[in-house]
Amino acid sequence: MEIFLQQLINGITLGSIYGLIAIGYTMVFGIIGMVNFAHGDVFMVSAFIAMIFFLLFTTVLGVSSVIMALIAVMIIAMVLTGLLNWAIERVAYRPLRGSFRLAPLISAIGMSIVLSNFIQVAQGPRNKPLPPVLSGTITLMERNNFAATISYKQIMIWVVTAVLLAGFWYVVQKTPLGRAQRACEQDRKMAALLGVNVDRTISLTFVMGAALAAVAGTLYLTYYGVVNFSDGFTPGVKAFTAAVLGGIGSLPGAVLGGLLIGLIETFWSGYFSIDYKDVAAFSILAIVLIFMPQGLLGRPEVEKV
Amino acid sequence: MAAAKTTSGPGGSIAGAARDAILAGVVALGIFGPLVGLKTEQNMQNELVITTRWGLVAIIVGIVIAGRFLLTTTIWPAMTRNKMRDKPAATAGEIAFRARLARWFAPTGLVFLFIYPALMVYFLGFQGSLKWVDNFGIQILIYVMLGWGLNIVVGLAGLLDLGYVAFYAVGAYSYALLATHFGLSFWLLLPLAGTLAALWGIMLGFPVLRLRGDYLAIVTLAFGEIIRLVLINFRELTNGSAGISSIPKITFFGIYSFELSAPNNFAKVFDLPMSSAYYKIFLYYLILLLALLTAFVTLRLRKLPVGRAWEALREDEIACRSLGINTTNTKLTAFALGAMFGGFAGSFFAARQGFVSPESFTFMESAVIVAIVVLGGMGSMIGVALAAVAMIGGTELLRELDFLKAVFGEGFDPDQFRMLIFGLAMVLVMIWKPRGFVSAREPTVFLNERKSISGSFVKEGHG
Amino acid sequence: MSSALSSEPTLRRWTADPVLTVEHVQMRFGGLVAVNDLSFEVGRGDITALIGPNGAGKTTVFNCITGFYKPTQGMLLLKHAKGDTFLLERMPDYRISAKARVARTFQNIRLFSGMTVLENLLVAQHNRLMLASGMTILGVLGLPSYKRAEKESIEAAKFWLEKTGLTARADDPAGDLPYGAQRRLEIARAMCTEPQLLCLDEPAAGLNPRESAELNTLLLDIRKMGTTSILLIEHDMSVVMEISDHVVVLEYGVKISDGTPSEVRNDPRVIAAYLGVDDEEVEKVEEQLDELTEGTTP
Repeated sequence: MEIFLQQLINGITLGSIYGLIAIGYTMVFGIIGMVNFAHGDVFMVSAFIAMIFFLLFTTVLGVSSVIMALIAVMIIAMVLTGLLNWAIERVAYRPLRGSFRLAPLISAIGMSIVLSNFIQVAQGPRNKPLPPVLSGTITLMERNNFAATISYKQIMIWVVTAVLLAGFWYVVQKTPLGRAQRACEQDRKMAALLGVNVDRTISLTFVMGAALAAVAGTLYLTYYGVVNFSDGFTPGVKAFTAAVLGGIGSLPGAVLGGLLIGLIETFWSGYFSIDYKDVAAFSILAIVLIFMPQGLLGRPEVEKV
Repeated sequence: MAAAKTTSGPGGSIAGAARDAILAGVVALGIFGPLVGLKTEQNMQNELVITTRWGLVAIIVGIVIAGRFLLTTTIWPAMTRNKMRDKPAATAGEIAFRARLARWFAPTGLVFLFIYPALMVYFLGFQGSLKWVDNFGIQILIYVMLGWGLNIVVGLAGLLDLGYVAFYAVGAYSYALLATHFGLSFWLLLPLAGTLAALWGIMLGFPVLRLRGDYLAIVTLAFGEIIRLVLINFRELTNGSAGISSIPKITFFGIYSFELSAPNNFAKVFDLPMSSAYYKIFLYYLILLLALLTAFVTLRLRKLPVGRAWEALREDEIACRSLGINTTNTKLTAFALGAMFGGFAGSFFAARQGFVSPESFTFMESAVIVAIVVLGGMGSMIGVALAAVAMIGGTELLRELDFLKAVFGEGFDPDQFRMLIFGLAMVLVMIWKPRGFVSAREPTVFLNERKSISGSFVKEGHG
Repeated sequence: MSSALSSEPTLRRWTADPVLTVEHVQMRFGGLVAVNDLSFEVGRGDITALIGPNGAGKTTVFNCITGFYKPTQGMLLLKHAKGDTFLLERMPDYRISAKARVARTFQNIRLFSGMTVLENLLVAQHNRLMLASGMTILGVLGLPSYKRAEKESIEAAKFWLEKTGLTARADDPAGDLPYGAQRRLEIARAMCTEPQLLCLDEPAAGLNPRESAELNTLLLDIRKMGTTSILLIEHDMSVVMEISDHVVVLEYGVKISDGTPSEVRNDPRVIAAYLGVDDEEVEKVEEQLDELTEGTTP
């Protein structure tokens, strides 16, 4: 029972991070039908930005409150990562809009290589460890020397994710921007005819996706306390798996998929073998796609003849 | 990072261009400022400290501003002018010239490939030729072969396979395991590895080929990762991340050996000075022949019903079904055949390296192969070969740029920038030529006159 | 009311030897019943037209016949001239074309646009050529038997290129053809599969009067050859009335009329369906229509 509870807590934490990244994939896919392969690396860059500013605040500027520093770091990371993704969209994807279907995909793979290697060149190939922050835990249950605990960090991740998702949900459902996004998703040409600025809407979609990835990046950094230039790929692929599992194009699906992938991974490690946890995640992706290609919450695709 | 301009924007005025360039500079400052300007390094106590590099940031931002300004004021207007001028310029003479070029390019290239090692040896001696035959020749040809193999799946059948490296891995590990454990010969294992890879292709393909669009890409990616992760974790069989080493060398069809201790060592038999160059040259010709086999089979199949069915599948799957084509089988043959050539290349790779580990079969490898196929122009053999030469050869060349150390100081390592430039090149080529180097399609049959088909009519498939 | 409804006991010509018998077919999408309890026959050697207002379920019927949809209920029986019978609702789509020999065209043309006109026609002969190439193996070796089979296929393609007036464009990409030529090519491609039944989904849509007349000639030519029966969906009444032997009218997924063109034209329910008028007014409209059409058709 303790193990179950502990894995549940860990799984939800990990799943929150995957879910935040997955939203970026699912939104971009929904609006321009493109698999944004560079998104995992955008997430990794955001973790680096967070790491650099956290260091700047705590060691150089001497900010003593860790909470204040984290909030400031998160906001800066959101802004700068948003800016980065905006620039990437302008440079690498927009010129290819309406062209060959594979061209943006290849461009995105190229961008992913660029981002991870740029960070390697600019910041060096070694792991970047941060001193531990928010290291307290709360014991929930204890028996036979095994305690199920929840750490302050995990609580922070849950709270931040929940708050941001609520805000994000509001933007997509209730604001003109969200309406424009949904309109572009349905029919980009028609939306343009009706006066929606499609280019701007797509740009903002990339910015929003990046901002959420930056939140995930900051949380990832505080949770694991270390980041490396190659950290974009695996979380990226898993978040993507999450987006597909939940039904690509569906926002609640992305969050649900993220949580499921996080839970599968932790439970698999907890009960079976830690070695094969990624195999489990990918196998479930394959199985879901084969038997339920539209994902859990996606719209079924009807074959038009 | 200069933001690409769309049609709207400062209409050519210098002031507008300047404002635009400054804006790009601000964006660049925001992105590069912290990531380049504040370098984090570990000190003696293993703590991260920040060192600043504002000079470098200033240079980068300056380049972005200048580049953006030049783009908007000079380069784009010039390009638009060129485009307008180019239209009527494609005269009959020019078309004939292009046709001649296309006709002569393949045979000339082929002759060059066959005399390439001889040229290298002639000019640089056996030891000097090593690098050019091995690092360039063999390395590029492996990717040419992989590109041609994947071209069957992606270029002809229009099925986006992002896990192609899995079959490469199956081939490599088949050879590595069977050769080290049972001492079987390469010449026996090569067809076996190809068959195993093809069987894996059918096994993986059967459930997933019903999927359409990007879903297929994702599932193939997942399968590629699963195979790599199994290779890492199934230590009893694969020795995990440590990999398998001392894989036997390929023999000269069983007649001569290239192992130093062997009595029938090639150099000993012919009383030549000892050198690894003979083996490398032998490997070069072997991979050249394997690649040409891939090309030959593909070119033949294109003119057969199965090849036409692949291309028809890429154009319109529903129409195919309405014409009585069993699309599942057609897709499976493409998948299995592509996998088989991947398996051949894999067993060659294992023999050449003498060592395999899961490291060599990451998703990046699949991405590079897909990139070569798309950059080359889907379905075009020559385009794929050119892309492999440009991308692999180009980045290998970067290793050689030692003179840059003189420019950027001793600490500068051009190798570091290899993949960075590779990625940038991928993005730039896509923007420059979204349909790849060679987008035109050659018809497989004609009634009166062979005419190339403009890339704009050719579809890219839905899978 | 002189018009003939299905209650009339006289034996219809198309019921004598139907190539296709549709019996009680129902197609349901979730809660929506697109086609309900539909039965009709397609006579061998006939040109049968399936007409009806937009959304009547005509294309759905086509998709059921050609296997792209599986009907929720009912039977689709195809009978070859030699006597072989096929239950289409039990066959996967590609086998319906390959074995039962039903070919079709699409409302929104589906050509292999990046392949030449000739290649399009060769893809249509895939199964025959595949056998001739010994499932590819003999073909790779370059054996002469395959060469011969390919030559025959090219001859068949040439025949249909001639018939459709596309010989001059044989080596151009299909996507480069003008619209009308694309429609004709799609018919030629379907004919290259040597079908027993050819299903044409709005073949005259978007054609100008001259092209439309050419289409009529082509279809009548095919009919004259006698091996292929034609079932077509059409909105252009001039095509329907001029060339078809038998007309089936659908409305809201239900058959409302079935008979010869003149019978159907005079059927008040058809007139009501097309003009949307009350039953009492039908007769008045019918008279007006008779006056209008008297001059044009005998």
